[in-house]
Amino acid sequence: MIGADSKTLLEARGLHATVNGIEILKGMNLTVKTGEVHAIMGPNGSGKSTFAKVLAGHPAYEVTAGEVLLEGKDLFELKPEERARAGVFLGFQYPIEIPGVANSQFLRLAYNTVQAQRGKDELDPLEFDDFVRERMKLLEMNPDFLDRSVNEGFSGGEKKRNEILQMALLEPKLAILDETDSGLDIDALRVVAGGVNQLANENNAIVLVTHYQRLLNYIVPDYVHVMESGRIVKTGGKELAVELETRGYEWVAGATVAAGAAA
Amino acid sequence: MTTVATTHSYLAGLLAGRAELPSSMSSSALAWLNRLRADAVDRVSALTVPTTRDEDWRFTDISPLTRISFHPVRSASSLAAADIDSFLLPEAGARLVFVDGVYAPQLSFNQTGVVVANIGSSLAEHGRALEPHLGRHAPFDVNVFAALNTAFLGDGALVMVPGNASVAAPVHLLFIATQPDTVSYPRCLVVGGTGSAVTVIEDYVALQEGAYFTNAVTEIAAADNATVKHVRVQRENGAAFHIANCAVSLAHASRYQAVSVSLGARISRYDLNVLQAAEGTECSVDGLALITDRQLADTHSMIDHAHPHGVSRQLHKCIADGASHAVFNGKIMVRHGAQRTDSSQSSRNLLLTAKARVDTKPQLEIFADDVKCAHGATVGQLDAEEVFYLRSRGLSELTARNLLTYAFGAEIIDRIPVATLKHTLEQTVLAHTNRPL
Repeated sequence: MIGADSKTLLEARGLHATVNGIEILKGMNLTVKTGEVHAIMGPNGSGKSTFAKVLAGHPAYEVTAGEVLLEGKDLFELKPEERARAGVFLGFQYPIEIPGVANSQFLRLAYNTVQAQRGKDELDPLEFDDFVRERMKLLEMNPDFLDRSVNEGFSGGEKKRNEILQMALLEPKLAILDETDSGLDIDALRVVAGGVNQLANENNAIVLVTHYQRLLNYIVPDYVHVMESGRIVKTGGKELAVELETRGYEWVAGATVAAGAAA
Repeated sequence: MTTVATTHSYLAGLLAGRAELPSSMSSSALAWLNRLRADAVDRVSALTVPTTRDEDWRFTDISPLTRISFHPVRSASSLAAADIDSFLLPEAGARLVFVDGVYAPQLSFNQTGVVVANIGSSLAEHGRALEPHLGRHAPFDVNVFAALNTAFLGDGALVMVPGNASVAAPVHLLFIATQPDTVSYPRCLVVGGTGSAVTVIEDYVALQEGAYFTNAVTEIAAADNATVKHVRVQRENGAAFHIANCAVSLAHASRYQAVSVSLGARISRYDLNVLQAAEGTECSVDGLALITDRQLADTHSMIDHAHPHGVSRQLHKCIADGASHAVFNGKIMVRHGAQRTDSSQSSRNLLLTAKARVDTKPQLEIFADDVKCAHGATVGQLDAEEVFYLRSRGLSELTARNLLTYAFGAEIIDRIPVATLKHTLEQTVLAHTNRPL
């Protein structure tokens, strides 16, 4: 889906970040252009999810060095909500349950906030109800989920569908999907991946953070990156994911050490 | 000793305001009532105003109350329907209005077909039916405020539902304070006959800003298989003192569902005692205190599982803003032989500022061995992950915080079975939580 006039959406350069005083990101570099699908893979603890949370502005993560530009502007100048309105979307690995807030109310507030930012009309509850029901079909979601509290009592698969529903409503420029495949059975995985594929176009970009290659059978990436110790150590095409699946992350780690020794 | 003497004279001052018995209440058939009142006067004379040295009052200092001389209203305010318009509930099938404790027949009506009447005016007709209940469920031997209320027994709300009658429309009991420096003694008695069902709304409001004192007692008796739903809304003005005792007695397989909301008063105290007096009863007792500035709201509850197969559910929430202080003491008693009791209790508290304070004490006392009891308490600020989740979807931090605070309170408000009251209170919570940080 990479168009001829593809533009740079995101540029991370030399990014270092800590959580609770422990450095997790150690020189992360990544450039994402419109129309691209990137997969960031790597073993547990390599910094994949930290990178996703830093981009979204999670307050527990502190950026200590480096920069990230969103369409050429300093991302870290923006609060989390301003990033969302500017088109950054984080699909949570563990979506948060919010008892007492109706899902419909939450979805409409989020939708209208972003619409207002884009100079578009907000929808009243009735208009929004029609609109959101249409969007829910994309993810084969039961409309009953509108009346329930946000994610409360949802199964793992239902929570992930609800995340992608939010993506479908907010139409972000850059969607970072953190372990969206975890906790999904094959049927749910197919539905969720199908939804993501329908939302991908030449004006937006998707960054998939995943531990396993399985998701990439359904959402085919243009680039696969392997993270190790807080930075990307290898980049390749979709075939890299297959190779990782058969040879394991040790293979990349070993190759890096070897390359480092050679240099 | 000085303190005792002072509180004695304070109580004596309150008792001095007691009116002579109306002639309608002095007949020999009502000797029991006069004895009750006299016993209550005796108890008041023997008791003292509690201080923070009393375990049950350790967090609630009511000495500000004793610094003001309150008197019963001397001449009743005359209100027109338009004055109370904003408090009315269109769903109500009956309404009793008490203005500064005095029954206001011109503002009251009853279309339910069951007895919804002023106690003081129905003694001749219903005295015999009242005798086994009035003053029998809410003990006043050790409770000075219940004793004071009983000493002043006169006007009050009586709801009597005959066996197997189901009253669909709620009964609205509206207590309005209109004069500063006055004390009123609201009294409610709800008797649900065998297999009956009724919803009663006990509602405390004010039409003035000065300090006054509401000292209320409510007694509820549910006969076998009866259902009583009880909504209690305390929206007194910010200078008021509100002290209330409610006692509920549940007969075989009866149900009591209560939602209590405390919004007003400078100092408020609500004591709720639910006695599961037979097998197979169920109660749900939910509460919300939403307070700010220097308000103090104290709820003490006791759910007494005295017989087998009793079920109780309790969710109590406090939202403390400003420099306010919320207190919750919830006791669950499972007596010897109350097997197969199923009880859960949760106290959840939200502190919105560094100066707000919550004291919560869930208490579980179990003397039976085959029971299921769960309880817990949390005190905290808004969950940082929830706030971030909402912000990551474009909501401002303020909007996110307001929404989460609202949702915290709305969980209780949602349980009120009267749509317009629920809506009104939702708007109140919304207005309260929609303030700039």
